[in-house]
Amino acid sequence: MTPFGSLARAMLKGFFRDRMALFFSILFPLMFLVLFGGIFTDQGASKAEIIQVGPVAVLDDVPKDARAYVDESLDITRSSDLAAAVVKVRKGDADAVISQDGDTLSVRFSQADQVKAGQVQGTFAAIVQSANLAVTGQAPKFSLTTARVEDKSLSTIQFFTPGLLGWAIASGATFGAAANLVVWRRNGLLRRLRLAPIPTSAVVLARVAVSIAIALVQAVIFLAVGMVLFGLKLTGSWPMIVPLLVAGTLAFMSIGLLAGSIAKTEEAAIGMANFVVLPMAFLSGSFFPLDGAPRWISAVGTVLPLKHLNDGMLDTMVRGEGPAAALLPVAFLLVFAVVVSAIASRVFRWDD
Amino acid sequence: MGVGITADGLVMAYDDVRAVDGVSFTVAPGEFFGLLGPNGAGKTTTLEMIEGLRKPQSGSVRIDGHEPWRREPELQRRMGVQLQSSSFFDRLTAREQLDTFGALYRVAAGRTDEMLEQFGLVDKADLRTEDLSGGQKQRLSIACALIHDPDVVFLDEPTAALDPQARRNLWDVLRTINDSGRTVVLTTHYMDEAEALCDRVAIMDAGRILELDTPAALVRGLDAPVRISLAPGTLSLEDARAVAGADEVAAGESALTITTRDPSRVLTELASRDALDGLSVKGASLEDVFLELTGREYRA
Repeated sequence: MTPFGSLARAMLKGFFRDRMALFFSILFPLMFLVLFGGIFTDQGASKAEIIQVGPVAVLDDVPKDARAYVDESLDITRSSDLAAAVVKVRKGDADAVISQDGDTLSVRFSQADQVKAGQVQGTFAAIVQSANLAVTGQAPKFSLTTARVEDKSLSTIQFFTPGLLGWAIASGATFGAAANLVVWRRNGLLRRLRLAPIPTSAVVLARVAVSIAIALVQAVIFLAVGMVLFGLKLTGSWPMIVPLLVAGTLAFMSIGLLAGSIAKTEEAAIGMANFVVLPMAFLSGSFFPLDGAPRWISAVGTVLPLKHLNDGMLDTMVRGEGPAAALLPVAFLLVFAVVVSAIASRVFRWDD
Repeated sequence: MGVGITADGLVMAYDDVRAVDGVSFTVAPGEFFGLLGPNGAGKTTTLEMIEGLRKPQSGSVRIDGHEPWRREPELQRRMGVQLQSSSFFDRLTAREQLDTFGALYRVAAGRTDEMLEQFGLVDKADLRTEDLSGGQKQRLSIACALIHDPDVVFLDEPTAALDPQARRNLWDVLRTINDSGRTVVLTTHYMDEAEALCDRVAIMDAGRILELDTPAALVRGLDAPVRISLAPGTLSLEDARAVAGADEVAAGESALTITTRDPSRVLTELASRDALDGLSVKGASLEDVFLELTGREYRA
């Protein structure tokens, strides 16, 4: 076996025998995937719970064809006690109270759940409009059709799988490189390898190869769980995630090498890596979309490698874009890796 | 087999401390050479310059004509190195460590079994290094240094932190390394170790070599008296004082001690008086030389 091959094998064995490393780079992110998958799977289909107090003409006399629409979005129960019903809404046990006073329809809702508040108001506004139209006896002039722009198969799992996978890759590569460097420096193995008749590049390349292999294992497990358990569907040029993962691994390894070069102990290195990776995951939209975030947050995101990895994976894995969408993120990640590795090599030490 | 080493005027200073301050010596091919000194004497730094881990700030090192800091693979293939700490790959078994180090030197796979056999680790082969005892770890570490059958071996405090039994056991191993004609350079702060193993010893303190000779010559040069002890009651105090060659006589509870610089004459005399009961002779050891040279005050 070549020196490169034997070093890579030794590092891989070391990783797969390290239960903590396995847990944090594979099982822990996977727990988030299962958790998010469970929470958000039927979010779009959930009905608003309505308490109807007294007779409400527009609901009771709704025409047959509109009945289906009402049943689909509203879950109506009846009550005769208006005050008790309002208390229920305030406590969050119901989403709105509906009652009719003369010709005025009255909707009482809670602002605590903004999505439901909007849903309830929109639904009843539409019901009142169509009831008004029906009274005039005129045929509707305008009609509405809706269609969403994403693939028909799109569900929420599509959106957060790339982000969580990106976070898992970032953790694995950063922590792996940082811990490896510190442990080997402290136990003298770096110096020992320096006295072996092998080029330094063999050691570095072995670590790179191992980190990339681990990233690919993470990706395969993630995609498999997403597809089997939550109906994840890969679209368009999804194989482009391979170059994205390779470039991303290099970028995160460079962060790990920098942390491992500065840190004196393994604990310090892990702490430093955590300090970088966790905020980066939030600011890169790994856990939730940043569409509504202030502008400065997206500005910070543009210099973070994970943001580019996440965008590239979203574009090619689930948004159905062509392979070209991965080029810019890959280029950014590679440049980032080169710059940070250069800084790391300036502070690198063979021994304590 | 066996290569010569020349160190000439080595200097290494950190900030304003001269850790190594003009160290020169030569090691002959096949010699077992010891660097002896208290902690912080500069032994390890000297060894690191010889191994090629550090480039001397001034002075030069030649191993068989090569400058080790250039890290030429041809030279490195002939060098075996055991560092102070147990430098192992994490979570690998003893066998896997040997396989991995062997591959770095491109040795045939069968070497691992030979080394496990030679170092008494056959039944520990599948234990991870974290689960080995201190002595087993050190044996494995030396086995890893010898996996490629090097001509010169560097050992940095190989028996530090071992219990007495494990130390003796390791000494036997170390002697066999040198038996096959290899050059061995060892650092230690144990006097008995240097005395038991080394052909020649350099005694270092504060970055300099204070003395360099064979252990026997160093002890002889000390001109220290020999203490001869007898069981109490074997000889009366007056009779003992009358023994020719006795410099000083002291009677203690457990023994009567005669101090002399002429032990053979005193022993002949004692034999003629048939007074050899419970006799023991204690000459000066390398420890006495060491303490004489480096002082007795405690150093942290």
